[in-house]
Amino acid sequence: MSELSGPALSMPSLWLVVVLIAGAAATYVWRALGVALSGRIDPAGPVFEWVGCIAYGLLAALIARMIVMPVGPLEATDLGVRLVSAAVAVAAFYLARKSIFLGVTAGTLSLIGLTMAGVTLF
Amino acid sequence: MTETALPGDQSARRRMFFSAAKEAAGMPSLVLGASYVGFGSLVRESGIGLGLGLFSTLSAWALPGQVVLVELYGVGASLLVICLAVALTNARLMPMVITLMPLVHDPAVPRWRYYLYSHLVAVTAWAFSMRRCPDMPRPLRLPYFLGFAASLWIASLLGTALGFLLADSVPRSITLGLVFLNPIYFMLIFATDLRHRARAMALAFGAVLGPFFHTISHDWGLMFAGLIAGTVAFGGERLLRRRHV
Repeated sequence: MSELSGPALSMPSLWLVVVLIAGAAATYVWRALGVALSGRIDPAGPVFEWVGCIAYGLLAALIARMIVMPVGPLEATDLGVRLVSAAVAVAAFYLARKSIFLGVTAGTLSLIGLTMAGVTLF
Repeated sequence: MTETALPGDQSARRRMFFSAAKEAAGMPSLVLGASYVGFGSLVRESGIGLGLGLFSTLSAWALPGQVVLVELYGVGASLLVICLAVALTNARLMPMVITLMPLVHDPAVPRWRYYLYSHLVAVTAWAFSMRRCPDMPRPLRLPYFLGFAASLWIASLLGTALGFLLADSVPRSITLGLVFLNPIYFMLIFATDLRHRARAMALAFGAVLGPFFHTISHDWGLMFAGLIAGTVAFGGERLLRRRHV
């Protein structure tokens, strides 16, 4: 990769373009199928419930992995700080009557503050 | 066909398009835009250029799948794995389109156009349209959805660009906070949706299996964690229901 000159200016890597186009196609195909099949199948049926469960399971797996064992820049942060910040986000979310905005803000500020203070818990 | 194309109707539709766009430009755009700020920072920190980050938001425009893609790209997963994981994450779009279509369908609009419009179906615009459209005259429903979604789409692009540029210019610890926004945002989105028992179980299983499977395989781990967590939750919930628990 040629990111040394700054990724905003470098030539996009062809591989990444392929990945992004494939990802967009893997997303759009469901929307197009939805149009094609509307009125013909029941979206409340068990197949969709199963598919919905898989999507939830997959995203929960990703979220947990991003917090517990992140790949990339968050590796530089402390595991304890990430866990505490996630707990702060959940606490603020419920205290603020399920405000996603305030919860996310509190969790993010907690990570920034604790990281700046150089706190390490584990 | 001609009676829905009267000039008065056209201007009513245009007004609805813009009033929906204005409605979406408030809190919905702020929340979605902020979550895309996190994505923009993630893009920057994954060594992906701004142009391609914007291309992702423009062409995929379903945040969970975009984060899955960038994360799997970051661990060097194969194209097959990335496509399967993104497809599994986004399969929920199909039932969303299926439920929205009969609501916004306008017989005066040629069918092929719905294949273009369906690209704008994502959770926020969908949820608002499902709630608001039943009270509207049929010809105004599609413009409402399109105006609302167009506004959110623009907010998403602006958020992506802002997050990318911020990650470059703010102190390191703040950049880390912006990247951290991604998992926190989704965690709280799910916390609003725990009443559906099978999905809540899928979330719990997934959260436990995710890190564990990642240590087994960086490539396939995420997908198998999702498949197993989702399937066990789905099956388990049916079993519980059969026993009237």
